[in-house]
Amino acid sequence: MDMNQPIGHTPLDDRPDGLLGKPIDRIEGRLKVTGAAPYAYETRELKNPAYGALVEAGIAKGRIRRLDVRAAEAMPGVLHVMTHENVPPQGEKKEQVAPVLAGPEIRHHGQPIAFVVAETFEQARAAAATIRAEYARETGAYSLRAGIAGAVIPKQLQSPPDSALGDFEGAFAGAPVQVDVEYTTPVQTHAMMEPHATIASWEGDHVTLFTSNQMLNRGQASLASVFGLPPENVRLVSRYIGGGFGGKLQPQADAIFAALGSKAVGRPVKVALTRQQEFHVTTRRSDTIQRLRLGAEPDGRLVAIGHESWSDTTPGDGFYETSANATRSLYAASNRMTKHRLATLNLPLASAMRAPGEAVGMLALECAMDELAERLRIDPIELRIRNEPTQDPEKGVPFSTRQLVPCLREGAARFGWDKRRAAGTTREGQWLVGLGVSAAARLNPLRPSSAAIRLEGDGSVTVRMAMTDIGTGTYTILAQIAGDMLGLPVERVHVELGDTRLPKAAGSGGSFGAGSAGSALYVACEALRAKIVAAAELGPEEARFADGRVVSGNRSESLADIAGRAGDIEATGEIKPGAMTEAFSQYSYGAHFAEVGVDADTGEVRLRRMLGVFTGGRILNRKTARSQAIGGMVFGVGAALMEEVVIDSRTGHFVNHDLAEYHVPAHADIPAIDAVFLPELDDKANPLKSKGLGELGICGAGAALANAVYNATGVRIRDYPLTLDKVLRGLEARDRSPVRPT
Amino acid sequence: MKAFTYARPKTVAEAAEMAAAQPNTRFIAGGTNLLDLMKLQVETPAHLVDVNRLGLAEVTETGDGGVRVGALVRNADLAAHPRIRRDYAVLSRALLAGASGQLRNKATTAGNLLQRTRCPYFYDTAQACNKRAPGSGCAAIGGFTRIHAVLGASEACIATNPSDMAVAMRALDATVETVDAKGTERTIPLADFHRLPGDTPEIETALRPGELVTAVTLGKPVAGTHLYRKVRDRASYAFAVISVAAVIDKNADGRIRAARLAFGGLAHKPWRGPAAEAALVASNGDPDAAADAVLAGAKGQGGNDFKIPLTRRTLRAVVAEALRA
Repeated sequence: MDMNQPIGHTPLDDRPDGLLGKPIDRIEGRLKVTGAAPYAYETRELKNPAYGALVEAGIAKGRIRRLDVRAAEAMPGVLHVMTHENVPPQGEKKEQVAPVLAGPEIRHHGQPIAFVVAETFEQARAAAATIRAEYARETGAYSLRAGIAGAVIPKQLQSPPDSALGDFEGAFAGAPVQVDVEYTTPVQTHAMMEPHATIASWEGDHVTLFTSNQMLNRGQASLASVFGLPPENVRLVSRYIGGGFGGKLQPQADAIFAALGSKAVGRPVKVALTRQQEFHVTTRRSDTIQRLRLGAEPDGRLVAIGHESWSDTTPGDGFYETSANATRSLYAASNRMTKHRLATLNLPLASAMRAPGEAVGMLALECAMDELAERLRIDPIELRIRNEPTQDPEKGVPFSTRQLVPCLREGAARFGWDKRRAAGTTREGQWLVGLGVSAAARLNPLRPSSAAIRLEGDGSVTVRMAMTDIGTGTYTILAQIAGDMLGLPVERVHVELGDTRLPKAAGSGGSFGAGSAGSALYVACEALRAKIVAAAELGPEEARFADGRVVSGNRSESLADIAGRAGDIEATGEIKPGAMTEAFSQYSYGAHFAEVGVDADTGEVRLRRMLGVFTGGRILNRKTARSQAIGGMVFGVGAALMEEVVIDSRTGHFVNHDLAEYHVPAHADIPAIDAVFLPELDDKANPLKSKGLGELGICGAGAALANAVYNATGVRIRDYPLTLDKVLRGLEARDRSPVRPT
Repeated sequence: MKAFTYARPKTVAEAAEMAAAQPNTRFIAGGTNLLDLMKLQVETPAHLVDVNRLGLAEVTETGDGGVRVGALVRNADLAAHPRIRRDYAVLSRALLAGASGQLRNKATTAGNLLQRTRCPYFYDTAQACNKRAPGSGCAAIGGFTRIHAVLGASEACIATNPSDMAVAMRALDATVETVDAKGTERTIPLADFHRLPGDTPEIETALRPGELVTAVTLGKPVAGTHLYRKVRDRASYAFAVISVAAVIDKNADGRIRAARLAFGGLAHKPWRGPAAEAALVASNGDPDAAADAVLAGAKGQGGNDFKIPLTRRTLRAVVAEALRA
């Protein structure tokens, strides 16, 4: 099916009491909590593995002059040591996946320079630690601020790097009220629980990788390119994944080294990156510098919106942070300008991390809107309502659905927004208390995806596709979709995912997983229904699937009986994006509300409560959807208050490269937090009428906290994260000045 | 990780003898810090002597009104001990402010005293560090110094001691009891137990090679309001940016009779401020007088300059709370 027109009425609309939407527990949950779900590193399907360990470069720019591996080679258990001098020939880079050990040149700190394979993990790691490198060091570039001068217009990713409408500069210059502010966000790391890990094994010129990867078909294609093989010779298996957040969209060094190592020693090789290696060897979210310019009339109506963003990546790569994604459609204004520029720095590869673009862009945009509201003395919710567009302001097309204003209003009522007071005026004991709001928006994409479903002899069905479940609940929502389409309980739906031998699927990323894979399954279920009806010799129009039976008029037959008579019945389905993508502006929307306490003495910021109100079309499973939304909000809390990869400006290495010093929120940082969904169906989005939710929760979340910190203290901090030293500086200045903030 | 031998003696004497007989031996108890350091090859002991079977896990009365805390009393147990909660509340509070529940269940009293700095340059074997590799230099100076020392630092090392427990013990004038392979017992005041870095930051304590900590003793309970204020970057599971341990005692008329103040996150060792204590008593509760006294020689590295006003402000809050109590 190509999504060329609104889907119209579907069998899912006939099941108000069906499985979809119900807060059903994860169907693989028991396996996971009992340790019975094998993650990549734990699989026992490949026997007698050897173990691999990486060696990282200790400089950020220069050349390897000499690499001494003699001690490592002589260590007990060592089977092979691989360096740029003996690495076997590799194929071509594809997307961001490139051959390893490609030469003596070092482009960033932590770049792998050697790989040791040994009989045991301990032997591999001990041997790796003995490898010594001599370098010809060069001076690298590590500062985005300094890199702005040489930044370039990047090649287009999803949408053009620049956009313009009307006369931004003129309109901004003439606007009665102007906000012109710079926000900065730091490098962040995905910090997923399961590190990157792979076990690889060869049979002839076919390689199998049990790995932790979000998008198997994409990974298959890029690894095939790097290995110089046709894609069908590369099999990826990722049945269970301990989080990805974009860090596993593409295969990383663990996969390539495991495969090269396995080829070299002639047996399976397993590699897991250490937590420290996760920081330097994989990918990161780039730091950004963003300039926001908002020009408004005294009544708050925007006449000019400008958003410029600078980010950086490693030499030879073109990934940039699309910070102005949301700015292009969120608020009305007839004069608009967005720009993205990319600097090349000797830092690890920049790539996608949960809501690339929106996650950091809305940290800036939604605070700039708060600053404008403060200047105008207009309530920040009212300011947003006054700038609600009637159609997508840049694309000039209607919104498929848009309930930003209802989300803001519902949230305001539930959260007690009317209790918000002027900045710096509410104190409870040692705590300065503030409330903040932010909009949430995230593009809703649909990706090509296919699925197969088979009616088994016992009347159950088996769903098969190369989809992944990265912890989001994909297994479960697919079972719910098939269950509703075929009138079966989830226990009668078997879901097989995570293997490139299965029909190609979109994978998990960009909030497109559930909608794309689920729609492919929907189409496959439609086809299977037709085949079952045909096999049962029922009239198709009247057929109804319920309680394991197909019913037509006064005739009814169990699926088991039909399968018994007709044999296995199998159907496939495919979804492709179509005209709806361009004909409508498709976003998920929401509103974040945060209450923070700021310690008046120490500047410590603590979240007190938080609420997200969201719309995402049809909610497929209220429990897993809520978990996704809350998980995104927690990411936002981290971005606002603590997450920062610190770059040593002298060496270009990431100073705090472990989870003791790279802080993500702990349980105590997340008190009362809730997410609710408003009813919605989006018939332009996909056949399920659902929209993406995996990233919506992070979009704008941190800005709600930053705005709450301002409301609590009267101190505006434009440099994320809002650590206590920055707050303290503002409090010290405020305490010295008797003038209260306005 | 480098290969090492492992032994699990059953007596203190045996453990001390093993350590004396083999250079490059480490005692291991909870392992909550040592194992991480070994995986990173920051610590590369040739021998591990597991002390978990030595007993030493009791909190007992000393006879002079104080308590003796066995070296292997777990942090969680010590924090929850009724006597500690009642009479040494600053210590219980400091313990509970540290690490996480899981870590406190494993970590021991002696191990906590001996935990190493969290300086990220110390943790990264690709960086110069005089503490890890004497003579290699200090990469932290001129680098990312947010968590580093503002008092007592040297040109060789600007690391801080990360312990919360030790700060409270410093306020309580605890003493450390040790034994060596010859059976010689020593009592070391906590004030002298941790060292400033000077030119030898690799030598962190007064312990001699092979000497085993057997207990920490606390004297008679110190009267007054016991407070531990830890300032940190997240609500749990974060080391102190700075911390203040205070025991402040008032007369019936509300005047301050006595004060004890110790600080964490400022120096290479828990920092006691006798001048600050005297100033607080003399001024009858002026926290700025106390802050002036303790911070007189404070010097930031740039990235940690904020610790100086932060300490002052935190001290104000602590004193205010004690006076309210």
